[in-house]
Amino acid sequence: MNEEEIKKTVFQLLKNIAPETDPSLLMPEENIREALNIDSFDALQFIVSLCEKLKVDIPEEDYGKTSNLKSLIGYLIQKTKG
Amino acid sequence: MIKFLMPNLGADMEDGVLVEWRKQPGDFLQKGDIIADIDTQKGLIEIEVFDEGVLEKILVKEGQKVPVGSVLALINDGKGEEIRESSGDNPTPEVPKILEPQEQAKTKSTEEHRIKISPLARKIAESNGIDLTLLKGTGPEGSIVKEDVEKAISERIANKPVPQPEEKTKEAPEESVNVSRTTSDSIRMAVAAAMSKSNREIPHYFLEKRMDMSKALEWMKESNKTRPVQKRILPVAMLIKAVAKALDEVPDLNATWENGLQRKNEINIGFVVSLRSGGIMVPAILQADSKTVEEIMETLNDLIPRARAFKLRSSELSQSTFTITSIGEGGADKVFGLIYPPQVGIVGFGEISEQPFAEEGMLGIRPVVDVTLSADHRATDGLIGSRFLAALNKHLQNPESL
Repeated sequence: MNEEEIKKTVFQLLKNIAPETDPSLLMPEENIREALNIDSFDALQFIVSLCEKLKVDIPEEDYGKTSNLKSLIGYLIQKTKG
Repeated sequence: MIKFLMPNLGADMEDGVLVEWRKQPGDFLQKGDIIADIDTQKGLIEIEVFDEGVLEKILVKEGQKVPVGSVLALINDGKGEEIRESSGDNPTPEVPKILEPQEQAKTKSTEEHRIKISPLARKIAESNGIDLTLLKGTGPEGSIVKEDVEKAISERIANKPVPQPEEKTKEAPEESVNVSRTTSDSIRMAVAAAMSKSNREIPHYFLEKRMDMSKALEWMKESNKTRPVQKRILPVAMLIKAVAKALDEVPDLNATWENGLQRKNEINIGFVVSLRSGGIMVPAILQADSKTVEEIMETLNDLIPRARAFKLRSSELSQSTFTITSIGEGGADKVFGLIYPPQVGIVGFGEISEQPFAEEGMLGIRPVVDVTLSADHRATDGLIGSRFLAALNKHLQNPESL
């Protein structure tokens, strides 16, 4: 899966959680949860859906790497390569 | 024969529209079966039955709007013709007010023509202008006794609109705007009504305690390593379980205030879920004390999305005995809640954050949470509240035995 496809998936999953927002407008280093007003419960649901959709495992200690688009996309590219 | 009544799904609910009967006359009903869908201010709610028997007769048509406490159907439980209340009904059904007098209302009043009432109760009712056909008797064989009439009088006084702005705005748009009003608007009105009542009637007292979360979070981190991502728990699941255990030790807070303190047998924790469109829903985690932390997390995984989609069951909206509000990550440090009547307490958890924390002469940086308790001073005093917070703290320091 290439960067574009990963980005598309991320936007789609964020849109499912925060339907009234436009995740594609996020700045690369903007805090995703703050910008889209996502609470702790939905943040976990987002990670669950990422794991299921991209068939990766995101351990709890890596949750910090999912906070903004730049680090999240980089992290997922690494993960999906492996 | 059992009367199946329009349930009261919260202090703020006055009526509901019967959208669909899921069972038909002749169907056998078991405890927990969904009998009907009712449209309320909190969305479309699945209504459960609390008795076993055969659905005898449906008294309210689909599409009809009826007040809380109205008889919706009769259930034949095989225990004779005598008509009784359902065991699962709310302990204090509001005095039914007929909002839209329709055919059903007429048949109802003729059915109840022969009213059993004690002479004293009749006298008090007549001198206070109480309509006997709207009363529910709690005396022998369902007869109306003095206490029933007095309760109706006190409720009439309590329900009388106090000249306050929020009361007026609540009353005015009730009928006319009904069609165009969205669910999120009606939830706003439901919250407004419940919280106005709370602030008007309940003398709150507030306590606060800072709790060290390092042991609990460490335990969670270790146990989450062994769980697949779908089964991982959030800190809030531990907080809910710790509250349930503390309530078990301090039962005066697991109660309602209805003509005195009424302790509840089950510990059903209402959990405040905020909606993205504004407003809140407070579904209950039933019997939270007997669930494991993992089971509480599973319940949340089921309950939160359904609350946000307005797809809750009647038991989840009407059976709470205590409430928790939790701010979660990235929010305020403390939250002082307003009690959801007729409950007598609400616990508020602020954001878990790293703070300087002193213990045994040593200062360290630890994850802590500021916990508040708002409690009803009619029901308990600060000593009980303080005991509750101490018990809660004790359980959070022993996460492995939660």
